[in-house]
Amino acid sequence: MKADPRGVLTGVHFLDGDHACCEGALAAGARFASGYPITPSTEIVERFAARVPTVGGTFIQMEDELAASITLQGAVWGGAKAFTVTSGPGFSLMMEHIGYAAMTETPCVFVDVQRGGPSTGLPTLPAQADMMQARWGSHGDYEIIALCPNSPQECFDLTIKAFNLAEEYRVPVMFMMDEVVGHMTEKVVIPPADQIEVVPRRHTRKPLGEYLPYQTNGDMVPEIAHAGEGYKFHITGLTHDERGYPNMTPPVQDKLVRRLQNKIRNAADRIALYEEENLQDAEVVVVSYGITSRVAQRAIEMARAKKLPVGKLRLITAWPFPETKIRELSAYVKAFVVPELNLGQMVHEVERAAAGKARTFAVPHAGGSVHHPEDILKVIVEACR
Amino acid sequence: MSDFTNPVEPFLRTDRMPHIWCPGCGIGTTVNCFARALIESKIDLESLALVSGIGCTGRVAGYVKLDSFHTTHGRAIPFATGLKLANPKLNVVVYSGDGDLSAIGGNHLIHAARRNIDLKVICVNNLIYAMTGGQTAPTTPSHAITSTSPYGTCEPAFNLPHLVEAAGAVYVARWTTFHVRQLARSIAEAFNKKGFSFIEVISPCPTLYQRRNKLGDGLDTMKYYKEKSKVKHGAPTSEVGLTMTGEIIVGKFVDRDRPDYQTMVRAQLTESLGDRFVEQAEMVCS
Ligand SMILES: Cc1ncc(C[n+]2csc(CCOP(=O)(O)OP(=O)(O)O)c2C)c(N)n1
Ligand code: SF4
Ligand SMILES: [Mg+2]
Repeated sequence: MKADPRGVLTGVHFLDGDHACCEGALAAGARFASGYPITPSTEIVERFAARVPTVGGTFIQMEDELAASITLQGAVWGGAKAFTVTSGPGFSLMMEHIGYAAMTETPCVFVDVQRGGPSTGLPTLPAQADMMQARWGSHGDYEIIALCPNSPQECFDLTIKAFNLAEEYRVPVMFMMDEVVGHMTEKVVIPPADQIEVVPRRHTRKPLGEYLPYQTNGDMVPEIAHAGEGYKFHITGLTHDERGYPNMTPPVQDKLVRRLQNKIRNAADRIALYEEENLQDAEVVVVSYGITSRVAQRAIEMARAKKLPVGKLRLITAWPFPETKIRELSAYVKAFVVPELNLGQMVHEVERAAAGKARTFAVPHAGGSVHHPEDILKVIVEACR
Repeated sequence: MSDFTNPVEPFLRTDRMPHIWCPGCGIGTTVNCFARALIESKIDLESLALVSGIGCTGRVAGYVKLDSFHTTHGRAIPFATGLKLANPKLNVVVYSGDGDLSAIGGNHLIHAARRNIDLKVICVNNLIYAMTGGQTAPTTPSHAITSTSPYGTCEPAFNLPHLVEAAGAVYVARWTTFHVRQLARSIAEAFNKKGFSFIEVISPCPTLYQRRNKLGDGLDTMKYYKEKSKVKHGAPTSEVGLTMTGEIIVGKFVDRDRPDYQTMVRAQLTESLGDRFVEQAEMVCS
């Protein structure tokens, strides 16, 4: 399906990442956002609040993030494509509802413009320290998808992708920006609507009476119905059967939770997006994502200028972790170097996937600024030895 | 359908019976009144959605044959807000417990009333957190014994009608589970009202509240409701606070008109944006 042209601001723009993310959401068909102000994410909903009444939709500023993170889910069941936007402290408050979205299979997008933590931390300065929280922050076993843009252009393009993945897998998608990407201004090209692919909701075509909210048809993802259409369905965060009815027995729990996990895990290779350079002859691979990938790029160029055999793997999908790719690489490379704006998060995934076949070097940074390319270079040199 | 079918049966998910509620519990009575209100108001059931939080009362969502959402503890109102805003044609009812709506969800309660979101809130007030075993709630009357106040509470209890009136609700009523006709009528009346409506139903939890406080069983509580309730329509809500064994003021306390949230938003955007304002179309994105 092509994008609804009313939401698409076709043209060449000069936008920061936050504003580009908002345009991506509108292009993807999002017509509802609920939010609570928090730096450095607020510009996304500020723009949405100004833009959405001119394309037909709603923004509501809620009383807190506990509300914002479920108001959008009510809107989804009312038929809208919807998202919410926050940063660390608000993201922490949203965790229960990420679990609710995962359990009820509510397609929606949570944008987290990461800043330094813990707690109030560094409100105006960058970090990438919510990566594990995005994956594991709510209780229980579940899977989500997380994307990491590294430029305003990608904030536009990947926000559309985030909504599309949310619809395809009926899963909450975490859009993991950071303060620098959110606030840097660059050229953003917004294509015509007929060049933007939008995934429609998996709406049921079953007649009333035949529809079961959580019946899957072989492909692991059930069809959805909206309130007010006559289906009279029931949705609960309790463990439920195909009818959506609570059924709190170990076999039903096992079937449901495994499906919620496997619908994403089994599709991990299809969901995985990454950018690679010079991997054929690499002995050392720098694995990075988000803003850090741009600093890493510089470090890689410096290393290659010194004739060091370094390649680049930039993660665009952080979750599900693209472990097949790391496993393949670890069969022939010597080491991975993983710079990130935290004291070690995704590096553990790299290490796990490498399974001892290649060494893993972290390049930690507590946040507040980006790395110096030299600091990454130093570790590359060490890893090449 | 035989002549002996209970008239409320078509409103229930009979395939989910028996329900989990204890004998003598008041929640089932309120559901009966709700169903009767639906019959009385001839409301279109296909455009009616019901949202609950978590608790014994929160289970109502699972028993009504409507589009029904059992959400998270305290968050029924914000979920319902999103549902209503995305599809304004829906009639959205929030059906939940006193703890859910006024403690963990208290912030949402006052802000929804302030915004005057068009929601019908039915609050079953059993004066306790029942689902989790009878702990103190913000509605528990002073001195009552609960599992977490074994020597009696010392906190003053919330007067919910007063709270929601102050916050901006356009319709506020209170009944007990003894007042089945009046309750059904109030619910039907709220359906004809645009804006934030709040109906409190004082309801027994014989298993936990009445037993611990030696207030007898379900029947004794009905007697108490009958004898100690006083109907005072339009009573100042500041004067309807509850005590453990005292008078229960019931009735319709507030019935006033002010534009609901969506009407205000539309007016504001039309004024500010003129031709550029695009009325929210059907959002349904299938
Ligand atoms: C976030 C969260 N905290 C606590 C609980 C546990 N819990 C479930 S129901 C409940 C209280 C419900 O009380 P009330 O809303 O008065 O409903 P009742 O059971 O009395 O009808 C609590 C504390 C929960 N489910 N979720
Ligand atoms: S515990 Fe109390 S409120 Fe819950 S079902 Fe039993 S009587 Fe009703
Ligand atoms: Mg209660």
